[in-house]
Amino acid sequence: MSDPMTIPSASAASPSVAKNASAGAVMTLRDVSVAFSGKVAVRNVSFDVPINQVTALIGPSGSGKTTLLRSLNRMHDMTRGAVVTGSIKLGSLDVYGPAIRPTLLRSRVGMVFQRPNPFPTMSIYDNAVSGLRFNGVRSKALLDEAAESALIAAALWDSVRGRLRAHASTLSGGEQQRLCIARALAVEPEVLLMDEPTSSLDPSATKRIEELIGELKDRVSIVIVTHNMQQAARVSDTCIFLLMGEDRAGELVEAAPTSKLFNAPSDPRTDDYVNGRFG
Amino acid sequence: MTIMAVDPVLARRAAIQRIAEATDHRRQMFSGLALLACRACLVITLIPLVALLTYVVIRGASAWSWAFFSHLPTPAGVPGGGIWNAIVGSLIIDGMAAAGAILFGIAAGLFLAESSGRIAGTLRLATDVLAGVPSIVVAIFAYALLVAHGIHHFSAIAASFAIGILMLPVIMRASETAIKGVPTALSEAGFALGARKATIARKVILPAALPGLITGVLLAVARGAGETAPLLLTAVGSQYFSVSPTKPIAAIPLVIYQNGIQAYPDLVKIAWGSALFLVVVILVLGVGSRLLAARLRRVRHE
Repeated sequence: MSDPMTIPSASAASPSVAKNASAGAVMTLRDVSVAFSGKVAVRNVSFDVPINQVTALIGPSGSGKTTLLRSLNRMHDMTRGAVVTGSIKLGSLDVYGPAIRPTLLRSRVGMVFQRPNPFPTMSIYDNAVSGLRFNGVRSKALLDEAAESALIAAALWDSVRGRLRAHASTLSGGEQQRLCIARALAVEPEVLLMDEPTSSLDPSATKRIEELIGELKDRVSIVIVTHNMQQAARVSDTCIFLLMGEDRAGELVEAAPTSKLFNAPSDPRTDDYVNGRFG
Repeated sequence: MTIMAVDPVLARRAAIQRIAEATDHRRQMFSGLALLACRACLVITLIPLVALLTYVVIRGASAWSWAFFSHLPTPAGVPGGGIWNAIVGSLIIDGMAAAGAILFGIAAGLFLAESSGRIAGTLRLATDVLAGVPSIVVAIFAYALLVAHGIHHFSAIAASFAIGILMLPVIMRASETAIKGVPTALSEAGFALGARKATIARKVILPAALPGLITGVLLAVARGAGETAPLLLTAVGSQYFSVSPTKPIAAIPLVIYQNGIQAYPDLVKIAWGSALFLVVVILVLGVGSRLLAARLRRVRHE
């Protein structure tokens, strides 16, 4: 449990003040299409991922949210027949360019999945530092420092500090998902991709994760896929609304600041969706 | 810039990325070597298989002719003999064996998949033991039961009995796996509609598990078709055409066994032709089961 006496104050409470002064885009997508064995799943999507903000990808099932998200850190590389076209950039670096090593890219663009997937044979500590060890970090001081910082950031430190050697499977579902967030944070990525991170959690665990997302954006830019519009409204600064087009390929309908997209959408289809008239 | 220098997150990010890049650079060569080693191992494991298949094809293909498949065997030294009686014999033996093994195997597999008690655990262990029993042991058992006593002479039915026992554990475990793979949500949907357990098994679970069941059955038949030891002690083989289940009968593996070591080139040739035939049958069953299962799955997903 966290200290009940702590009074949540605006932003000074964050232990790390990694706020990047320059507002701008950490990732830029231009005319991105994803096809599986020739079948187009996402077509011509362009938007910017603002730095130190939460960007939500919303839309009904089949609109290509997850497919688009997974193209950002080249998770489709492992899928036979998947082809990503267009331009995706991390800063000035071309994500699909010849100069990039996909493994290094993924240590800079981390990911949290729908279901908590801590490594079952590893302890809580080993899970938290697994990404660092995969990337060759041996220094115990650095591992300990990163683990503590990531577990604090994932609001898990207070409840696990006394049992870091326990198996990750001893944690509850919500705690396991926070451990997965800590694991992703420990390598200090610039961008964190979250694929419906609360879809398998109960409402109170969901609430904690949502609070966490708000606290994390000083540290990492977040792109979250959610099918839950209220969640998108609560956690995101920018919303990207996708819909399935005529040939079942996902297309971008509207990208706007969350408050604008929910209160004054410019596309009538967005209006229908956010007001629950379909989807 | 001063903020960046003191910020622990940015400092750590820079340190981690530096180490990650160095590690990636260092491991690139090792990674390439490891991949190369894996590929080399793959090639090495394929060499015996490819060599065997090539040799069987070279020796066997020259024996194939219309007469080879449609004629009965001829005495040693008389050219033009075929394996028609052995093809029919193998079909009878393996067909009867499969019919029995499918019936009992799928039913037992269904039971194993649906129950978790002590009986199921014991049965599962027994199946594993049965799967490991050498075929010659099954052969002598079938001999004692049906040849020495029972029917009192060598017979196709005794061979079917032995082959069926060998097929049984394969079908049981394959059906158990296939049935367990059917989502619980489907049977729950059936229960919630007031269906009885047997109805759900028949109308929901077995149809959903069908691709896996077919694969299991075809693999079991492929295994049974190649078994030789049980045939030696039960069917013994025959030079004549027979479809009687209670008489000795010819079979492909027996043709290979009996002709392969003869001094007459004609007979040896027939053995190699039969070996190729057996390989082709097993290949067709193996590939066919995969294609059929894939096709069934695809049809359902559309």
